[in-house]
Amino acid sequence: MSGLKDIVDGTREIALAMGVTLKTLITEAPVTVEYPDEPMAIYPRFRGRHELRRYENGMERCIGCCLCEAACPTGAIYVEAEENDPAKPLSPGERHARIYEINLLRCIFCGDCEKACPTEAIVLGHIIDLADYDRHDFLLDKQALLNPPTPNTIIRPDA
Amino acid sequence: MDLSSIDLRAIGAWFHGLLISSGMSQTGIHVIEALVGALLLLIFGLTLVIFLIWLERKLAGRIQDRLGPNRVGPYGLLQTVADALKLLTKEDVTPLDADRVPYNLAPGLAVFHVIMALAVIPFSNRVIGADINVGVLYLMAVGAIGSMAALMAGWASNNKYALIGGFRVVAQLLSYEIPLVLAMIIPVMVSGTMRMNGLAVAQGSIFGFGWFVWTLPLAFLIFFVASLAEGERAPFDLLEAESEIVAGYNIEYSGMKFAWFFLAFFMNSWVLAAIGTTIFFGGWQGPFVDQLPALGVIYFLGKTMILFFVQAWVRATFPRLRIDQMMSFCWKFLVPMALVLFAAVAIILKLNLPQPLEAITLLVANVAILLTGVTLLGRTQRKALYAPKRAFTPTIPRL
Repeated sequence: MSGLKDIVDGTREIALAMGVTLKTLITEAPVTVEYPDEPMAIYPRFRGRHELRRYENGMERCIGCCLCEAACPTGAIYVEAEENDPAKPLSPGERHARIYEINLLRCIFCGDCEKACPTEAIVLGHIIDLADYDRHDFLLDKQALLNPPTPNTIIRPDA
Repeated sequence: MDLSSIDLRAIGAWFHGLLISSGMSQTGIHVIEALVGALLLLIFGLTLVIFLIWLERKLAGRIQDRLGPNRVGPYGLLQTVADALKLLTKEDVTPLDADRVPYNLAPGLAVFHVIMALAVIPFSNRVIGADINVGVLYLMAVGAIGSMAALMAGWASNNKYALIGGFRVVAQLLSYEIPLVLAMIIPVMVSGTMRMNGLAVAQGSIFGFGWFVWTLPLAFLIFFVASLAEGERAPFDLLEAESEIVAGYNIEYSGMKFAWFFLAFFMNSWVLAAIGTTIFFGGWQGPFVDQLPALGVIYFLGKTMILFFVQAWVRATFPRLRIDQMMSFCWKFLVPMALVLFAAVAIILKLNLPQPLEAITLLVANVAILLTGVTLLGRTQRKALYAPKRAFTPTIPRL
């Protein structure tokens, strides 16, 4: 009676397959991250939008050395340095950046500027929602870089 | 629809009295009452589809660990409404050389053959559009219009891909209509009536043991498989296998006309589930349905939803068959088995056995035919499996 065996085997196979889908339907919760409503989980070394950092006492880390500009492979960074006013210095060094601009349309997020920076002033942050409506809004000036918005991201718990 | 049938009859009597008091002729009253009933069924069918599409997408989503539609309305229930509105705003393209009359007729025909099938489905003992005495025959006749609509759409689009898609649909639907019809005929023979409500009444013995699915499991299996193919659902959905081939007969349709085909697809699945419920699962029969007739509607809709859920579940589980596998499965397996079962049931009914013995004999015959059929199928499949794949063995040159 190979027919009986075929029926038993076939029924078992079908039941197994249907059981897998039924199990996922009932027991498994959706893995979807509703991104704009919930933060996206990223790795800690994710390279997002740039930001310029400060020291704890409020001084800018950037000393206007232009090394990042030189390191940038796409020429996305433009820096103009200026001598610090000794009475009211903006940075601990002799000079600070008068203009610091990053063109996000050129940037490839390679992170070479981070590596080139001697004071760890420029870092690639955790902001990932970079879309915008106007081309001009992709040119980040110094104020935008010094005051980055809160990233809609969290560090992955498994990282 | 969830009013008790007494209330429904009261509403009907009130409406009837209203028409009589308006001083209309008997024929006029009859026509108006039929039109109102048809309108109610139409509205029921079209609103049901909104829910069915949501249900199917939600189920498939959860099975695949996704959320499914969840942005429009509570739990995404209004997603289908939003989709329909989007399709309404789309440009309605008609190909330059299209045959305009069939081109515009086909979407309507595709939907209305399904809505026409709703007319004879008994939602409850009293809630039925038209309890005609050839209900099953009517369903078969109306169901055959579906492949006509597909062929019309394919031909009138004046597009070779649409035409091929139309042929594909007709080939599959015509093939699977035969086992479907044969499987539907068998309960008709056992109960001795083609009346849809009569079929439901015939299955009314204690606690669902009178359901034909218990005495005729093979007939139900054939019906279910054929209804999957007839409803163009996975694993038989290669008529418009989105991921593999161009859409098929509806390729030239856009906007709301495309939506009509989509609507027809989902409603067809539901109507096939409803037919299966009526014929094999006792329709509106259930505990305490004699005391409270309104329960019948709930039982019927519940059973139909369970069958629809199983269809969606199968769709989310199994991959597509190949076209030759599908066709040979129908012609070499389902049709012969249905024919043999048909003959066997006819002979058993001619023996005029007493009731419990007849049911047992039917069950034994069903199981025996299934066993024999699967044995033969397995033997041919094994033979095909071990047959040499090539006509000759190529000699591999030594290097």
